[in-house]
Amino acid sequence: MASGALSTLAIATLAGALRVSTPFLFVSLGECLTEKSGRINLGNEGALVLGAMTAYAGSYLAGNPWLGVLVAATCGGLLGVLHAGLCSLTRINDIAMGIAIMLAGTGIAFFFGKPYVQPSAPLLPTLPLGLWSDSPQIRSALEVSPLFFIGIVIGIFMTWAFQNTRAGMVVRIVGDSADAARAMGLRINLVRFAATATGSALAGIGGAFLSLVYPGSWNEGLSSGQGLIAVALVVFARWEPLACIGAALLFGAAGALGPSLQTVGVSQGYYLFNAAPYLLTLVLMFIAVAPGRRMRGAPGELSIVR
Amino acid sequence: MRAIGVEAAGVTKRFGAFTALDDVSLKVRPGTVHALLGENGAGKSTFVKCLLGYYRADSGDFVIGDRQEAIAQPQDADRLGLGMVYQHFTLVPSMSAAENLVMARADVPRVIAWKAERKRLGEFMSRMPFKIPLDIALGMLAAGERQKAEILKQLYLQRRVIVLDEPTSTLTPQEAEDVLNLMRELATSGELTIIIITHKLKEVMAFADEVTVLRRGRMAGGGKVGELTAIDMTTMMIGAAHEPGTLTRSGDPEAAARLTIRDLRSLGDHGRAGLDIAALDVRPHEILGIAGVSGNGQRELMEVLGGQRPPTGGEIRVADRSYHARRNEMHALGVRLLPEEPLRNACAPGMSVIANLNLRTFDRTDNGARRFWLDRRRMAERGRTMIEMFGIRTPSPDAPIGALSGGNVQRSVLARELDGDVEVLIVANPCFGLDVKAVAEIRARIVAARNAGTAMLLISADLDELLELSDRIVVMCEGKIVYETPGTGADAHEIGRHMAGHA
Repeated sequence: MASGALSTLAIATLAGALRVSTPFLFVSLGECLTEKSGRINLGNEGALVLGAMTAYAGSYLAGNPWLGVLVAATCGGLLGVLHAGLCSLTRINDIAMGIAIMLAGTGIAFFFGKPYVQPSAPLLPTLPLGLWSDSPQIRSALEVSPLFFIGIVIGIFMTWAFQNTRAGMVVRIVGDSADAARAMGLRINLVRFAATATGSALAGIGGAFLSLVYPGSWNEGLSSGQGLIAVALVVFARWEPLACIGAALLFGAAGALGPSLQTVGVSQGYYLFNAAPYLLTLVLMFIAVAPGRRMRGAPGELSIVR
Repeated sequence: MRAIGVEAAGVTKRFGAFTALDDVSLKVRPGTVHALLGENGAGKSTFVKCLLGYYRADSGDFVIGDRQEAIAQPQDADRLGLGMVYQHFTLVPSMSAAENLVMARADVPRVIAWKAERKRLGEFMSRMPFKIPLDIALGMLAAGERQKAEILKQLYLQRRVIVLDEPTSTLTPQEAEDVLNLMRELATSGELTIIIITHKLKEVMAFADEVTVLRRGRMAGGGKVGELTAIDMTTMMIGAAHEPGTLTRSGDPEAAARLTIRDLRSLGDHGRAGLDIAALDVRPHEILGIAGVSGNGQRELMEVLGGQRPPTGGEIRVADRSYHARRNEMHALGVRLLPEEPLRNACAPGMSVIANLNLRTFDRTDNGARRFWLDRRRMAERGRTMIEMFGIRTPSPDAPIGALSGGNVQRSVLARELDGDVEVLIVANPCFGLDVKAVAEIRARIVAARNAGTAMLLISADLDELLELSDRIVVMCEGKIVYETPGTGADAHEIGRHMAGHA
């Protein structure tokens, strides 16, 4: 009996990890790209919420969820353009500006999102990868969204691109040494602009996952700070896209722990387990940023390490 | 011969009302090493920045090879085969030499075929007179290796003229000699024309064919190095014949140490060496010089002694009392510090000069008791006295200290730190970036403090400075003390060997 409960718990946590991790994955990859170029964008939380709202609205109005994803990426990207544009002015602090963008993004989403709380929009299809199993639990656990795999592919692509493409190397140069970039005649602001906009668009897609896959609806409490956790996650992943994938899965599993325990009938300490991702963030940040040493792997131009 | 000549005629550059370069003309023959000699602020850097297209000269012409060329932007200089090795590193520290070299090219393909690139790099490296590791992030390499990487980059880009800006300022004597010898060979073989910016006479005498001396933006003289004496060149540099003032150390070091360090350890940054000092003693009436290539733990030592970095083990004692770099202890034990980059490490840049001069004493009465309310009148009085005594040039005593020039910030912090009873003074690179007059004055004050009985720890990247000032010199390498010698009669080459880690 106990082993049955344990396997149920394991399956539920796995299923949760696959579902819950996707928004973390997209936001952290987006943030990773932006930070590699030497800028921090806390506004990605805003892009996530705005993406969720616009994806849902887009899907509802157009009747096609993939169109919703596209709308979310565009709106997220536009928010990134705003952040990048303002930060390229002199004497603008990217952290303070990021918080403003975050509030603006969520505010806009709440304002325009009111009419979409009630209606139900077409959701994204999922891939039934559990057909081989007889167990309905496993079948439902392995209903994986294609967005998850797209995220993994983007992560692998980014790792490859940072090593093997001109564009990827340029982003790293700009992010690590503005002096070197200037000496090479690179246009620093333009590179950061592109990296911020693209990163923010990825965060928008992460938002689309929230409203169009899991939980699969639009309301104002949808994100609960996942975009901010994803920023912390980039530090933990040492600015490596592949590590971002692993970290996102880990956080997804932590986030799924509370609901999974509920499915096996453990209801005590429910809220405590729901707090697992936040606790994990604290613990990991504490470990990752141990005092006495500077952050290894951090792009040299980030305002927090400079 | 691949090397080409460079000629400048009547180059003038103004910044607002200030004339940085005034009608400078010079001729560099192909395949020679030409030194550009001058004090800080003499216009050397401005001149080469005009040559390389970073500044646009207000008037004057450049002839590159045998054609007059307009160099309006760095890309133009690039196209003409002009390259520059900067004083600060311009390679990307987190990337490997291979990545840095390939990305430096103007024609990097969209997707980099690393296999083919590596093969080409290998062939290029096999033709090079020195090797560097290609796959390690440059930030992990020693300063000398990074400097070599900068030079390799210019060679990789097939330059015909290379400008080196103070190329030896971060190198050990051996590394400096290596690099300069290499540049000489490249020039003699007709591969390259070399322009070296420097303020070191020794380098000019040993490695340059010709020299042009600048002073306050004007041509002060020049000619073949073989036909000029050191005195000639010094005269051109600073206007009048100038004997370096001999500093007299009076009084022998006492027997008992005042500052003792035992088994001191700390972590380093970015994977660099931390501290691992077995024993270090500094006695009253003594200047203990610490030599070493920068990045070998000197900064960490300074930070530990100044309370900016926690030690991970060991003990520091001052006058036989335990010392943890707390403000109260510094006050009670008379420990004072002049760290490098004082504006960043020892000042509140936005606060007034007066406030900064009182940072040690604002919360004490004159007899050392604590006070709650500030005595602003007393603070201003103290501040004014120090400004006068140390000749600090400031627009007003209430101006923010961040607005002062480097030399005046240095004077201010030194004034503050030398105020009152100074038992132990710890100083790092006190003369970095200052002009000759300020250097002489600050060194005189340091020696005066020593003669008054202060135990002094002098950390410096300038070996000549250490040899001039120190009673005793130790060498730091990878966080350890690896060598010790008396200051009088110390052998610079022996010290250099230990600095480089070849014991």
